[in-house]
Amino acid sequence: MLLIRCPYCGERAEVEFSNGGEAHIDRPRDPMSLTDEEWAQFLYMRDNPKGLIAERWRHAHGCNRFFNAIRDTRTDRFVVTYEIGQPRPEVTPEQAAEAAR
Amino acid sequence: MSLLSRASGRTLGRVPGRGRVNTRRPVRFTFDGRSFEGFEGDTLASALLANGVHLMGRSFKYHRPRGPISAGSDEPNAVVAVGSGPALQTPNLVATQVEVYDGLTAQSQNRFPCLQFDMGAVNNLASPLIPSGFYYKTFMWPRNFWTKVYEPIIRRSAGLGVAPTAPDPDHYAFQYTFCDVLVAGGGPAGLAAALTAAKAGAEVMLADETAEFGGSLLFDRASRIDGLPASEWVERTVAELKKLPNVRMFTRTTVFNYGPHNMVALNERLTDHLSAPNPATPRERLWQVRAKQVVIASGAIERPLVFEGNDRPGVMLASAAQTYLNRYGVACGRRAVIATADDSAYRVALDLLEAGVKIAAIVDIRPKPDSELFRKAKAAGITVLTNSTVQRAHGSQRIHSVELAPVLPGGDVGEGKNHRCDLLLMAGGWTPSLHLFSQSKGKVVYNAELDTYLPGESAQAERSTGSCRGLYDLGEVLADGLKAGVAAAKDAGFEGEVDLPLWEVTSDAIGRGGFTGALPRRGKGLTAMAFVDYQNDVTAKDVKLAVREGFRSIEHIKRYTTTGMATDQGKTSNLNALGIASSALGRPKQQIGLTTFRAPYTPVTFGAFSGHERGDLFDPDRRTPIDPWARSKGAVFEDVSLWRRARYFPQPGEDMDAAVARECLAVRKSVGIFDATTLGKIEVVGPDAAEFMNRMYVNGWTKLGVGKCRYGLMCRENGFVYDDGVVGRIAKDRFHVTTTTGGAAGVLNMMEDYLQTEWQDLNVWLTSTSEEWAVIAVQGPKAREVLAPLVDGLDISHATMPHMSVVEGTIGGIPMRLFRVSFSGELGFEVNVPPSRALEVWERIWEAGKPYDMTPYGTETMHVLRAEKGYIIVGQETDGTATPADAGCGWAVSKLKKDFVGKRSLALPAMQDPDRYQLVGLYTEAPQEVLEEGAQLVASPNEVIPMNKIGHVTSSYHSATLGRSIALAMVSGGRARMGQTLYVPMEDKVIPVTVTSPVFYDAEGARLNV
Repeated sequence: MLLIRCPYCGERAEVEFSNGGEAHIDRPRDPMSLTDEEWAQFLYMRDNPKGLIAERWRHAHGCNRFFNAIRDTRTDRFVVTYEIGQPRPEVTPEQAAEAAR
Repeated sequence: MSLLSRASGRTLGRVPGRGRVNTRRPVRFTFDGRSFEGFEGDTLASALLANGVHLMGRSFKYHRPRGPISAGSDEPNAVVAVGSGPALQTPNLVATQVEVYDGLTAQSQNRFPCLQFDMGAVNNLASPLIPSGFYYKTFMWPRNFWTKVYEPIIRRSAGLGVAPTAPDPDHYAFQYTFCDVLVAGGGPAGLAAALTAAKAGAEVMLADETAEFGGSLLFDRASRIDGLPASEWVERTVAELKKLPNVRMFTRTTVFNYGPHNMVALNERLTDHLSAPNPATPRERLWQVRAKQVVIASGAIERPLVFEGNDRPGVMLASAAQTYLNRYGVACGRRAVIATADDSAYRVALDLLEAGVKIAAIVDIRPKPDSELFRKAKAAGITVLTNSTVQRAHGSQRIHSVELAPVLPGGDVGEGKNHRCDLLLMAGGWTPSLHLFSQSKGKVVYNAELDTYLPGESAQAERSTGSCRGLYDLGEVLADGLKAGVAAAKDAGFEGEVDLPLWEVTSDAIGRGGFTGALPRRGKGLTAMAFVDYQNDVTAKDVKLAVREGFRSIEHIKRYTTTGMATDQGKTSNLNALGIASSALGRPKQQIGLTTFRAPYTPVTFGAFSGHERGDLFDPDRRTPIDPWARSKGAVFEDVSLWRRARYFPQPGEDMDAAVARECLAVRKSVGIFDATTLGKIEVVGPDAAEFMNRMYVNGWTKLGVGKCRYGLMCRENGFVYDDGVVGRIAKDRFHVTTTTGGAAGVLNMMEDYLQTEWQDLNVWLTSTSEEWAVIAVQGPKAREVLAPLVDGLDISHATMPHMSVVEGTIGGIPMRLFRVSFSGELGFEVNVPPSRALEVWERIWEAGKPYDMTPYGTETMHVLRAEKGYIIVGQETDGTATPADAGCGWAVSKLKKDFVGKRSLALPAMQDPDRYQLVGLYTEAPQEVLEEGAQLVASPNEVIPMNKIGHVTSSYHSATLGRSIALAMVSGGRARMGQTLYVPMEDKVIPVTVTSPVFYDAEGARLNV
């Protein structure tokens, strides 16, 4: 069972969280101005990387707040968790190597 | 003079003065119905061996007689069932781990009619005909014979024990815990590591799978530590650890799974060794431990040698015979041959000799073994044949002789000679136990010097210590353990200096040795039964056959032959299989690699995994405050998501149809009362509450007045209906939102998601109030007359409180939100009160309703009433692909709003397709015919299969109000098909139906507005 650091509560067991899919996909401010193709891209197209992914988590059985995390999908190691609204943090090569280990 | 007790002894193999069993506490147990005596501290295997019994089981496939080869959890052969009866019999336990107690009953498995004479043994004679892959190749035809004929027969004749059939009367516990340092394994390395980690200040957990700490030291008579015999040093160290308040110690506890992020699972067996356990004590306890650091001290397992007849009872590992002698006081035979590729076997020979066992010969595969132990054995007069091998063990249910032969220059084997013996010991070297390390995702690395795999770089916060990382010298092992404990504590944050104990260790010097693969044989024949994986009956020739048939990857060879796939997880077989595959493929072992080790390390009972979650606790009910009242009225209940809801209230002699018909008519004619507490409720509050509602729901909310209600419909961003419910505006900045019973958590989650991640500009709070309000629905033409006298002066007349309005007040002094809403199509109210007072309010309304013949009704009647009105149920009419317009709710979608969740998707071309499934009503031609929900609709009764489906029935009931059946359906282009005849093809008939409006009753809504 993974150990996940909620930015608000600290480290908690995976069972307290639910995954919310890929992060940093902003809902368009004026959806009606988008073409069907653009809207479909927003709605359905997601990355499925083998490696680092930025994704949303919700501390469902805790503070109930959403936050973002960078995780290596191969090892389930978390590089960092951060609050919603913050930009995706830079990952150093050392951090990436450690997460991939 | 022999120390072995002779005829006078109660037990043949017991050696007086040896072993750690309590000879003052004899116990009686039965094996296959025969009564035996053992001592407290014995395992089933040691007690049977003491009685001269080697034959303990029959093998999986060939039904060959088998005895134990080991003395621990690596045992593949001596698999037994313990306990008796359909509930209590536990199959597939290994006799080397089962502890005896007074009254224990054990049975052998996989034999018929008995262990000594087993009919299935004909498989052994036919063995040349049933190699690996035999079942796949032979029983493929005819196709349907596999499931009906072949498989049941094969399953009965192969396989292990019989699963219990009745509920398990034992109970099991589960616990989470944390520690700084978890030490897996209580042998010398583990004890040393636990000691120093604890002294550094770390919270330590130490677990060992056996009944006692000490590991190899419990059968080591040669070594001395700090001036003490090894076993006394163990006692001293264990006592020292027990005094430390920061050490938790667990025996009979297997560390069986190493999960991600240092989550480690332990299975503690608390009562299996007791004859009269305290019923309050759980049988087993599953521990989930989050450890900051893990020290793996899992030891090493001795390897068998692969030669013909290496599975015959009387053939066992040298270390096992040493364990039986020194730990249990049992000599496993009277005359032993020892086959070895390793120095440690010479110590076993000396120990056995000292206890009076004759050593017929030591046969060493190595050309020139030379060590202090070798010389000691020679000096003791033991015959040592070097550069020689075992050709074959003779004997069926017990060996009587063994053929030994010299290895010739060039690798061939010379003429052999038979040596009489009743015990043949194998010492193929040591295999470090890498299971936990491998489970932690660490990569194993081949070590050429030791010819084995060792732990590589750590993938998690763990370190291996002792013989599981290839250290076999006791002094080195202890020093390594001490260091590992300090390092683990340090990495867990305990940096203080620790005085390392200075133990002087004297022990046998063990040189390099070991052998992997099959021993050399005379000739090139492939017919010999030389076993690699005993438990799955995989022989050396099976592995070679797999290679010959084209399998190259060790993972494929494993699956084709099933080597390493039995309950022992290849503990004794993996390296030998690798050795054989390596020589058959002509590639070095390090290029082939090991198969993945899977959890659990040893089998764990299902009981331990389910823990407390069984019976009533498996899936607990949520119950409303009205539940006791409904029970007292004889309600029949149904589960709705987690809730237990009253389905109908049958009167004497009524079935469901009769009860529902009566309940429906009562509501339409006078008044009914219904428990709607399970509705989800969310309080949406804040200056931007209306704007938030505008964005979340398809409806417009800005113009909804305070005190008014609106039917709210919610889509996902993909435009499909997600949830619905009535929303009341309590104040300008406060909405009382209701959701479906099952959708409450999901709706709140979705609202929180948008609020927290997309619309941080909005000043809104969301609170789940599902548990804050109990809801009593009073529905029917007389509803107002029932309620009016109860609501403490509130004016609830039609003029003041029209349909779809809400007011706050009190009912008998109890705070209330009163909604005028209807899910029945009749004049209706929903009384929201705090759950703690709900039953009291319900009973007051019930009393007030008596003059009006008020009738309690359940979910079934609620469903019929709403279907008569064409009200949808999200999840019944909709299935995640229906838009609001598809579901007949297009009227609810605001045309004025620039945006809401789902709006853009609703504008996609596919959403405008006139052939989309749309909600319609159906009338059967025969009025009493009730369609089946889920039935398919087609345009013509004459279509050939596969017919072209154009819709399906979503709801179907008999309507007592209308005196006929009604159904709702989703039909392709349904609204353009009014009046058409469609067909419902069933197994035995085709039912014609007419498409009609989904509103069957009071289409103009006159009954709502009174």
